[in-house]
Amino acid sequence: MQYKSQAVAKPYFIAAIGLFLGQILFGLIMGYQYVVGDFLFPAIPFNVARMVHTNLLIVWILFGFMGSAYYLIPEEAETELFSPKLAWLMFWVFLVAGALTIVGYLTVPYATLASMTGNDILATMGREFLEQPLPTKVGIVIVALVFLFNISMTVLKGRKTSISLVLLLGLWGLAIFFLFSFYNPSNLVLDKYFWWWTVHLWVEGVWELILGAMLAFVLIKITGVDREVIEKWLYIIIAMTLITGIIGTGHHYFWIGTPEYWQWFGSVFSALEPIPFFMMTVFAFNMVNRRRREHPNKAATLWALGTGVMSFLGAGVWGFLHTLAPVNFYTHGTQITAAHGHMAFYGAYVMVNLTMISYAMPMLRGRSANSRSSQVMEMWAFWLMTISIVCITLFLTAAGILQIWLQRMGTSPMSFMDAQDQIRIFYWAREFSGLVFLVGLVLYIWSFFFKNSEAQAAE
Amino acid sequence: MIILINNPKSAHQVYATPPGDLAIWFFIFAELLAFGIFFAAYAFARAHNIALFDASQQHLSRTSGAINTLVLITSSYFVVRAVAAIKQGYSNQCARWIGAAIGFGAIFLAIKSFEFYGKFSSGITLSTNTFYMFYLSLTIFHFMHVILGMLILAAVMLKARRGGYSAENHTGVETGASYWHMVDLLWIILFPLIYVIH
Repeated sequence: MQYKSQAVAKPYFIAAIGLFLGQILFGLIMGYQYVVGDFLFPAIPFNVARMVHTNLLIVWILFGFMGSAYYLIPEEAETELFSPKLAWLMFWVFLVAGALTIVGYLTVPYATLASMTGNDILATMGREFLEQPLPTKVGIVIVALVFLFNISMTVLKGRKTSISLVLLLGLWGLAIFFLFSFYNPSNLVLDKYFWWWTVHLWVEGVWELILGAMLAFVLIKITGVDREVIEKWLYIIIAMTLITGIIGTGHHYFWIGTPEYWQWFGSVFSALEPIPFFMMTVFAFNMVNRRRREHPNKAATLWALGTGVMSFLGAGVWGFLHTLAPVNFYTHGTQITAAHGHMAFYGAYVMVNLTMISYAMPMLRGRSANSRSSQVMEMWAFWLMTISIVCITLFLTAAGILQIWLQRMGTSPMSFMDAQDQIRIFYWAREFSGLVFLVGLVLYIWSFFFKNSEAQAAE
Repeated sequence: MIILINNPKSAHQVYATPPGDLAIWFFIFAELLAFGIFFAAYAFARAHNIALFDASQQHLSRTSGAINTLVLITSSYFVVRAVAAIKQGYSNQCARWIGAAIGFGAIFLAIKSFEFYGKFSSGITLSTNTFYMFYLSLTIFHFMHVILGMLILAAVMLKARRGGYSAENHTGVETGASYWHMVDLLWIILFPLIYVIH
């Protein structure tokens, strides 16, 4: 840690990991409800568990992004953070708002929550992933703006590097596209149309810029490869992301009532979306192979390489699988989507956050790397979580294929619930993989509590 | 960056790396891939609906398309002359050739706008039919690439005018030229594919 103010990243990382644990627990509850439908009913119905699972994911990833920015920006800008106090204040605002929202989801019926929080003043609730009550949405905007003000001012007074500019572009984009969550036209087609401006343009647009910048930063630190080389890669990846990702939004417009040309636009451009992810994989391996130094933090290197591979597989390959309109006609909204969602979120945004945390946390705790035993534990966690996500994805893909076959093909397709009964075996297998994931996550958390007396460890 | 592998006296230079900045080649391949998939999709869609495609195609102006083809090929020739000029160190000449190429790019845009005006005023949109969907999206995407190419060439021209390039160091000119040739190449495929072949 070169700058004192980087220390504010630490509470963000801790909160992120805590919420990550919550996300996984609710995922397990929901996975069990897939096979035992009345589990925990009426205390935690499936729709509530699902909302908590996905909302916690988004919130903890945002905590991770913010923590990463607070760590990365001062080092890139070579100056102290504009205001560490503001960063601390926003941490508590965001954490309390997030916690209250989850408590609201769990304690009152959603409709009651909506009327309690002024949804009749400005109706924004009730849409997948954007279920947050109005005050929470406003809170997110305030936190995001203050955060952006803080890091933008830091960059303005310090050195301006490609990495920090790309990161800023991504984070500003994140805030701007979130504003579409306040736009809720009564025309259902328009509602869905702009809903994707938040959802798609986040994960297949501006978040990829954030991912690229974070990965580039860690790779510079652990490989010692020239900044010029890494920056050139970063620019090409970013350009490809935007060329393919923006019009690629069209792959969500196939069946929502938009004009037919979206089937062509969406298919062609989103078919190219794996390219920037593949470049990211090549980039990560290429840089590590050309490394000029042996960084003692082996675990961070593993996470960085893992991000490259898993984001390509999850977002790139599994996304391509069902992105062409003629294929999506059958796969739309089946377990294929769930398979893609799990591996893409884990491979891209979970892993890049864990890469950053893995690199930065030891620094924040005053050492360049954790002890060997702590790193070994962390690498076990890496493999357990990664392999179980691969299993979850494969089981859900199998479930999806069977579901499509039974429910959507042939002259006398099965009803939805009958088809669900036929694929139970895959849901059991998925739930078991989820438990292995939890074991991996617990080991991961445990690795933070190792005594680091063997200090500076892996020499 | 240019390495002569053959006899340096040979009239033909063999490049070990493509001319210009390597990064522009990533863009060029990505662009060619995107257009390539669109061209393939056009062929696929046409094969399912030949009558509609042939009937709609009759309403396109092959004359303006042909003139535009000549215009773009000519502008590419000017860009070749610009690269040849800077290789001998003639900055101002280089800038003038690029200026001429940009001018021809503008002529292309003008003719194309005229064509679009005709189509739009007769009520044709992306939703008219599949042929017009392809016609409009491919030509509009290409139109935007012409604009981008002109902006790149303009940046190169301004730098050349300031004496920013020399006989030894002119990667930027080659970078801009490569992109412009790609814009030209795309049109050379697009024109026969959409306007002529039936």
